Amino acid sequence: MNIVLSFAVGLIFGLGLIISGMSDPAKVLGFLDLAGHWDPSLSFVMAGAIALGAIAFKLASRRNASLLGRPMQIPTARQIDRRLVVGSTLFGIGWGLAGICPGPAFVLLGTGATKGIVFVLALLTGMGLFEFRRRLQHSNA
Amino acid sequence: MTIDWNHFTPWSALIGGVLIGLSAALLLLFKGRIAGISGIVGGLLQRKERGDFAWRIAFVLGLILAPIGYRAFSALPESHIDASWGVLVLAGLLVGFGTRYGSGCTSGHGVCGISRLSPRSIVATLIFMGIGFLTVFVVRHLLG
Repeated sequence: MNIVLSFAVGLIFGLGLIISGMSDPAKVLGFLDLAGHWDPSLSFVMAGAIALGAIAFKLASRRNASLLGRPMQIPTARQIDRRLVVGSTLFGIGWGLAGICPGPAFVLLGTGATKGIVFVLALLTGMGLFEFRRRLQHSNA
Repeated sequence: MTIDWNHFTPWSALIGGVLIGLSAALLLLFKGRIAGISGIVGGLLQRKERGDFAWRIAFVLGLILAPIGYRAFSALPESHIDASWGVLVLAGLLVGFGTRYGSGCTSGHGVCGISRLSPRSIVATLIFMGIGFLTVFVVRHLLG
């Protein structure tokens, strides 16, 4: 049940990305090109997603456990620290360079596009570097 | 700035967005988890407890198989990756490291974080979107 649900939820997410056009990096770059010929579509994607998300979080805030009896794991951090700023900046540069963020990367992988496969490998390497760095710091601490 | 009316697709963008929001809502209400792609994938690279692995793999598999599922009903819309190989690899490394270091991406901070009005996520989204605008401006209009 757990696995089937997670798979279905991933599938719905991916279909949303395809239907919205966000699995096309050229369309995402069209949104990020404010100074050029601007395609506002991505802001409509965000609006649609946040509308549903806001309802869900409202409902979730009244619950201690999920519908499957799991603990609600909602982030509690409130501090705006250096890590948040530096990490988001690096992500923004990468996003602006290729027009691909993590969700669409895996959809592009599924289309079989060679460039999609290469991007996912680079993405996983970047995440691996983060893990490596963190373990190094833990073992030094 | 001019609006690109030829490529602007408000309805499909809104419908796709609602599906993304629905996916995030289901994961939250059924599993109590945030639908942040970088967090879900990044968790696979961490050595966490056993029960934490399978749902992440299943979710990512759903994402990967989405284009194949879509193709069963309709022609898949074209996607264009214009970045050169070198730029693509650099971008992938930056997106991978940056989203983990900054604890989230377009889904975790942008969709889920803004949905629950998290100040951290609102700041993160303003930064990565602002830097994204700036990067495209530099690449297309200053260097291009």
